[in-house]
This record gives sequence, C-alpha cells and structure tokens, in this order.
Amino acid sequence: MTEHNTGKTSGLIAPACVDEQGRLSGFVHSFESGSAVDGPGMRFVVFVSGCQFRCLYCHNPDTIKMHNGNIMTVDHVLEEIAEFASFLRFAGGLTISGGEPLMQADFVKEIFYLAKHDYHLHTALDTQGFLASQLADEWFDDIDLVLLDIKHIDPEKYLALTSKPLQPTLNFARRLSDMGKKIWIRYVLLPGYTDAVEDVEKLADFITTLKSVERVEVLPFHKMGEHKWQELGFTYHLKDVHAPSQQQVERVINQFKARGLTAC
Amino acid sequence: MNFSENISELQAWSGFNGHQWQQRIDVRDFIQQNYTPYKGDDSFLASASDRTKQLWLEVSTLLEQERLKGVLDVSSEIGTSITAHKPGYINKPLELIVGLQTDAPLKRAIVPNGGLRMVEAGLQAYGFELDKSVKEAYDRYRKDHNQGVFDVYSPDVLACRRSGIITGLPDAYGRGRIVGDYRRVPLYGIDYLVADKKREKSELDNVMFSEDVLRTREELSEQIKALEELKQMAASYGFDISQAAITAQEAVQWLYFGYLAAIKEQNGAAMSIGRISTFLDIYIERDMQAGLLDESAAQELIDDLIIKLRIVRFLRTPEYDLLFSGDPVWVTEAIGGMGEDGRTLVTKGSFRFLHSLYNLGPAPEPNLTVLWSNDMPKGFKDFSSKVSIETSAIQYESDDLMREHWGDDYAIACCVSAMRIGKQMQFFGARCNLAKTILYAINGGVDEKSGVKVVDGFDPITSEYLDYDEVIAKFDAMMEWLATTYIKALNAIHFMHDKYHYERIEMALHDRDILRTMACGIAGLSVTTDSLSAIKHAKVRVIRNDAGIATDFAIEGEYPAYGNNDDRADNIAVWLVETFMAKIRKHKTYRDSVPTQSVLTITSNVVYGMKTGNTPDGRRAGEPFAPGANPMNGRDTKGFIASGASVAKLPYHAALDGISWTATSTPDTFGHTLTDRVNNLSNCIDVFCNANGFHVNVNVLNKDTLLDAMEHPENYPQLTLRVSGYAVNFIKLTREQQLDVINRTFHLSF
Repeated sequence: MTEHNTGKTSGLIAPACVDEQGRLSGFVHSFESGSAVDGPGMRFVVFVSGCQFRCLYCHNPDTIKMHNGNIMTVDHVLEEIAEFASFLRFAGGLTISGGEPLMQADFVKEIFYLAKHDYHLHTALDTQGFLASQLADEWFDDIDLVLLDIKHIDPEKYLALTSKPLQPTLNFARRLSDMGKKIWIRYVLLPGYTDAVEDVEKLADFITTLKSVERVEVLPFHKMGEHKWQELGFTYHLKDVHAPSQQQVERVINQFKARGLTAC
Repeated sequence: MNFSENISELQAWSGFNGHQWQQRIDVRDFIQQNYTPYKGDDSFLASASDRTKQLWLEVSTLLEQERLKGVLDVSSEIGTSITAHKPGYINKPLELIVGLQTDAPLKRAIVPNGGLRMVEAGLQAYGFELDKSVKEAYDRYRKDHNQGVFDVYSPDVLACRRSGIITGLPDAYGRGRIVGDYRRVPLYGIDYLVADKKREKSELDNVMFSEDVLRTREELSEQIKALEELKQMAASYGFDISQAAITAQEAVQWLYFGYLAAIKEQNGAAMSIGRISTFLDIYIERDMQAGLLDESAAQELIDDLIIKLRIVRFLRTPEYDLLFSGDPVWVTEAIGGMGEDGRTLVTKGSFRFLHSLYNLGPAPEPNLTVLWSNDMPKGFKDFSSKVSIETSAIQYESDDLMREHWGDDYAIACCVSAMRIGKQMQFFGARCNLAKTILYAINGGVDEKSGVKVVDGFDPITSEYLDYDEVIAKFDAMMEWLATTYIKALNAIHFMHDKYHYERIEMALHDRDILRTMACGIAGLSVTTDSLSAIKHAKVRVIRNDAGIATDFAIEGEYPAYGNNDDRADNIAVWLVETFMAKIRKHKTYRDSVPTQSVLTITSNVVYGMKTGNTPDGRRAGEPFAPGANPMNGRDTKGFIASGASVAKLPYHAALDGISWTATSTPDTFGHTLTDRVNNLSNCIDVFCNANGFHVNVNVLNKDTLLDAMEHPENYPQLTLRVSGYAVNFIKLTREQQLDVINRTFHLSF
C-alpha cells in the first residue's frame, strides 16, 4: 500500500461468492462479443452488475443492482471468452466493465488471471476506482490497461453527479501512475454539468501530472439509456439535457490536446 | 485465320506477355501474365475531374426527376434488342465512354420475350401504353417465356406459387445471373470471337444430331448473330470493335459495349459485369508507361464507366419491386482476392473502382464486392474498410472459400453466387420458404393463412404440446415434398427460358461447354431454426382455430436462439441447410445442371414474412423474416462477433450458391477514431473469414439518419445501405422495407 491510500472509503467490496459446488462465482449482467470502444481494438466485454455510484447519466442503470445480474461461475465466463480467444489475441482483448468491477474483486481478479495465463489476452479494467484503495498492488498484476472514469474534477460537482466523493478516484489515478500501469482516462461530456472550460482545464492539469496516461477519451453524453431508467421505475434527471454538439466535443478534445495529451 | 499476322492485333497486343491466351480464348492467362499487383495504400488516387463532376451533376438531376416519377420514360414503341435503338447520350461532348440502353438516359426498354403480360403491367403501373404492333406480334406470331412456363406448370406448382411457400420464381421476369466474359471483347475484338464460335459449331458438324446437339448448334448460331449485332451497335456509336482494343480508353469502351449489348437484350434479375478492374488496370498501366495516361485521366475513365453502370434500368412490375425493392440491377463487380500462385489480384485498378464512391458519392450500383482474403495486402483491406465506414456501399465475400472451389477468375452473379467467368452459368431458382414448410408440417399441408389444403397426403399434428421428434419427422417429409415440387417448377422455367428468352450475347461471351448449376434457395432459416430450438429446448403449446388449424403458439420457458454462437441452436441451422440441400440433390435437373442452394433473401424477407403466419419461435404473423442467413432481429444479444460466428458455421459446401449476412453498426461501434474504426473493421472481417464465414454486408450508419431520411428523402439523394446481397438508395425502398431496415439489429456499444 502506498501513501496515497488515505481516502479510505465507506464502500465495500462484496464478499467472494460461490455456487453450490463451491466454485467461485459472480454476478454478470451481459456479454458483448465485439466492442471497439472499451479499450484498444475489438474487445470481448464482460459487464458485471453492481455499482455504488448513482451517476445521473448512467446509461446502464440496469447494472446498478448486483442481483440484477445472473450468477455465473468463473469457468462459465471463461468458456464464453474462449470461443473468441484466437480472434481477441490479434484484434483486441478482454475488458471487464459494469456496473463497477471492483465491487466483485475476487471474481474479477480470477477472470483476469485466467484470461492472461490461459489465453494470453490483453486485459483492460473499466472502473471509477472508488474501491481500489482496498486492493493490494498485486491485484492489478494481470491487468494491462485501466480505463479510468473521472467523472468530474470538482469534488462538489463530482458528489452531485455520482453521489460519492472524488478523492478515492484521484488517489487511485496517482497510484496507477506510480505503478507505471497504463491508463486511458474516460470523461463523459454532459452539457451543463461537465463541459465548463475551467473544469476541463483543471482536469487536464491533473492528468498531465500522471505519467502513464496514453489517451483521454471524451465520451459525448447520449440518451440511449433513458428508457432503462423508466423501465426500472427510477427518476431520470436528464430529460431536458441534450447530447453535446460536435463543436462542443471538439472543443473539449482540443483543450486536452493543447496540453500535450492524446485525446479523442 | 492466323491472328498473329493481323496488323492491328500486333498493335493491340504489343507489350503484353504470354502465348497461351494468344492461341485461344483465355482471359485468365492474359491477366496472370500481365497484371501488376499493388500492395500500397490509397495515397496515389486522383479526385474527380471537373468534367466528371459536371457529367455526374447532369445525371443527378435526371435521377431526382426519376425518383419523383418512379420511371422517367419508357421506349414502349419497340421491343428491345441489341440494335433496336439508335445511339443515345447523356451529354455527348462530356462523355469519355458512350452508350445507353435506349436513345436517352434512364429511358427504359421493354423486353417482350420475357413476357408480354409483365411488359403491359409495368407500363400500366407507370402510365405508359404498349405499342399496338408489338402487342400484335406477340399475341399472334411469337410466344414468350412467361407463356411457355404457364403452359407446362402443374396444379401443385401453381398452388405453391399462390400460397407463397415458393416465391420469386423467374417465371415472370428474366432469370439473369449470367455473367458474360465482357473482357473478351476488348482483348480479342469481335471478329476473333465470331471465328471462334464458328469453330465451336463446326466441331458439331459431324456428330449425330441428337436433341442436345441441335439445341447447341442453334444456340451457337444465335450467339454468332448476337456478336455481329454487337459490332453493328458499336458502329452506330462510331466505333469499329471488330478488332482488339489498342488503348485503355478503347478497352473500357469495348468492354462496356459488350456489357451494354447484354443489358439491351436482357432484363435479367441480376446483370453482373464480372471481374474487370484488374483486367482494365493492365491496359491503364501500359498506357501510363507509354506516357499516354496519368492517374487523373485513368480515374476519369473508370468514373465515366461507373456513371454508365449507375444508370442501368429495367422496366419492372410492382410485384417485382415488392420482392426486390429499390430498382436493383446487380451490376456486380468483384474486386481483389488472391491468385492461385499466391500473388494478390489487387491492383491500382481495384482501388480506382472503390474510389468512385468518393468521386461520385455513394451509390448502390455497381454492386461493388470485395473478394476478401486474409492474405490480401493491408493497404487494400484498410481502404475497403474505410470505404465501408464512410459509404456503407460495399459487400465482402470470402475469396479463401471461393477460390478453393472456383479458382481465381470467378465473378459474383447477383449477390453471392460465384461462377468461373465465361465457363459457368446458373439457372436462378429464387427460394422456398422453410418457415412456412414447418407450419405445413404441423398442419398436415393446410395453409395457415388461407385454410386451403395445399399438399395432399399429410396428417396434421394433433397434440397440445409439440414433440420435437414428431415435428422433425413430419417436417422432413414436408421438405421432401417441397424439394420435389420446387425442382419441377425450376426445370419448367429454365427449359422455357432457354427456348424463348435465350441470352444470346451473354452466352456468346462464354465457352460452348460450360458448367451449369441449378441455384435453389431457402428463406426463413433463422425463424425455422429458432422454431425448432423452441420446440426442443422450451415447451411450445399449439393454439388452434375453430377449423383445427394451428394458428398460434405459446412458448413456455426459454430457448437458445440462433446468432449467439450457441451450438444448441446453431447446429439446427447447419442441419437445416445440409438436409434441404440433400433433398434437392435427389432430383434430375434440367440440362443436368448441378444443384446448389443459397441462403439469401435479398429484400424478399419482407414479403415472405407477410405470407407466413405465427411461427413457433414467437415471431408474429406478417412480421418480416431476418434477411438471408441473419439471426432474427434482436435475438442475437451477444454482439456481432458472436452473431457472425453463428452465421460462419453454415457450411459453404451445402450452400455453394452463397450465404448472406448483413451486419449493421453505428460508426461509434467500431471505435472512437477513423484509424481505430478502419483497423477494427478489417480485423473483424478477417476473423469472420477465418471462421469460414462466406459473405457480409457492412453497414455503418446511425439510426437517426435513416429516420430523418424517411421524413426528408430529398435531403438524402445518395444515402446508400446494404440489404441482403445488394445495396440500395434508402429513399427508394418501400416504407415497409425502410422500417424493416431500421428495426434490424443495430449493434451498439454502450
């Protein structure tokens, strides 16, 4: 553990769970066999369920509750991946996303371990990093790339947007940088919430202090998840917010680029 | 005739290597001896010239007028032929390559040999009238293909046609799907080709005149006449094509005249142009080395040819348009691939053809088809992917699979049917409806929609829940009956088509002795697979109407659906394809053609759906089938790699006429940057072909664009997308088909 491990969080990693035969299992929302937007190349994506955050713009609110997923053994997940392993080896790799993968740290770690050691896949973890302080450095050994979502750089606004504090995520970013772990920063551009010029500048200030960031991805907010909120009976607070314009997106990308970052 | 002593041949062939192709007709040998493989990227390409832009602008204006009227004009006063019309131009001074089907652009010809009834229907639909003398000629003196077929059809065939269990049979339109080797015209000149046909005929002078020999002799005579007419037609445009082409411009022009003769004579369902880009590149390279041509001028020639290929038109009936929506003619050009010697067949010419989609903007025709091989140079793979991402206008077919069967000089007839150029033709057989067949099996041959008994000798299933083994046994017997009836119909059609509507010029550009295939087809593969999967893996309760006909089904429990790389479902699909093929093979086919089948629907999946009641997979009556070999809309839930993996399991050896898959994604699905998208798409096609996938249409579009185009078609004159086997102008689809396209699985990444 490093000195950055100070923002101890109240959130908990779920205990490891096993099926009737004692095999390590977890809650999986779904699989995507060919995603090109969750890490380099074409990715097999395991979407696990469960997340402590309640981001206003969440486009997969059906993954928030862990028990909305199907319980599945690690072996079952690996069988699904194995079908595509030879393709994934040259075209991309495996990404675990969610939900928030760190909530099921034991399950997720085992999948990464087997994907790396049995199938030699490039591995990526898509996370907001809130729970990372509870995990030892070794936990990240089988992960090649972390897609780190920094949802806002202003602590107050971060809390308003996600319902959780910002500091653990920043600590985690610093720690990954110190470990030399490759990072892609992901930033959802939500008009009226995350698009202020000065906020983007502050975020860029922070990112430029990290040593292992390869890319900053600006993800334009979209409303494709809105119907899911309604189906789940949740209140969707962004009814009147529109997707950012192409010019807005370009502006933000250029702000990052102007700071010497690779951004898209 | 000693060709090497012919002066102009010496000039035409100077600088070319090889001997075999000079001794006898052998275009493949000419290509192999002379082409220049290209492994670089697209940076050498030239943009459209001002002349090209001006010409395209004039055509675009006409296209908009045509869209508003449906049909711009018809030459209803004369039945078409190679020489029926005097020369026509778009704007003569602007045209580098000349020749139109009639005397004006987009003016359609009538083809009464196919069937006068359809000509009258087509004319009536668009407010034109048939000339009296044409009507009299066919009423009194001349029989047509359509009349011939209906003279011999039996009641069971007619019942199948009526109920829609077999649909789209080419008994009321030209069968098409024959690819003349149009390259022979520039390489050899007409006189050489005529001499060779005379030689072929004379070889049959001293054999007993059996029916086969007589038919062949008559056909060869017709072919020779057609070649002479082709020469006359070219002469009317001021060109003497009796000798081989000397320059690249002549090569393009001579080749186009050959193709033009075919589309003047026939209104075949699909009129592919073949595999011409690398062939023409040989002439372009030679002229470039001689300093006669630069890249810009070379591109101009190709762009001009492409403009001509974009305005090929036939007069169709409204019924035909329902099946094959959007006025397609399948001017299919096969591009790229690998040679048997391991060299790539990609040349700069391959790039120039795709580049026309930038110079002239996207368009559905010609139907540009990339023959994909994992061994192809990355430069061309990535350029193709880029063109797909930016235009949605091209399709991919596995050269690695086809080369093994058809060598390295095949073309694609229509959408997915490979055939050796000049050495093979097919008898096109449309398709039969397997989903309806399973309903017939359950209902003992009674049609679920009309209540009419279509098939005799079958008992219905009477149990409340469907038993898998019982359904399979009855379904197997019903497929046996269907295959028998289907081949009877096809034998009748092709016998009559040869007799009354023979493709004289297309066959003149073939060898005398060729391979013929009987190209059957199946529709509703995914509906049928999922129905059987539901019966096997869940419980399916039958709901019957008062007459005891099963009209609906209740599914209890869940079942694995085709399209998720799940063998429990996918193996059923494989079984269906192999089983139906085996049943087709049992029958004697016309002209001893080799039976094949395709898993392809084009846009007829919509009509098939309309004609089929509720099915045991949960699909509602009237709902469209998935096109071709596609999984049912929305049931392939694991993304398109898994979806493609399921489709790739269908065995090509049991569907040698092709297996069609259409994948639609949003641009974002392939990555955040164009470089990422290109790289990812290339990798995806690689993996699909590696897994023995056969064909994929790639659409990269946003749903919102399509919705907006439905409301404001005038803003999207060139919006192009791939449906099963061809590309269409989206705004020319019927409303049902537009909705079908929009409802098809969009693979989105969240």
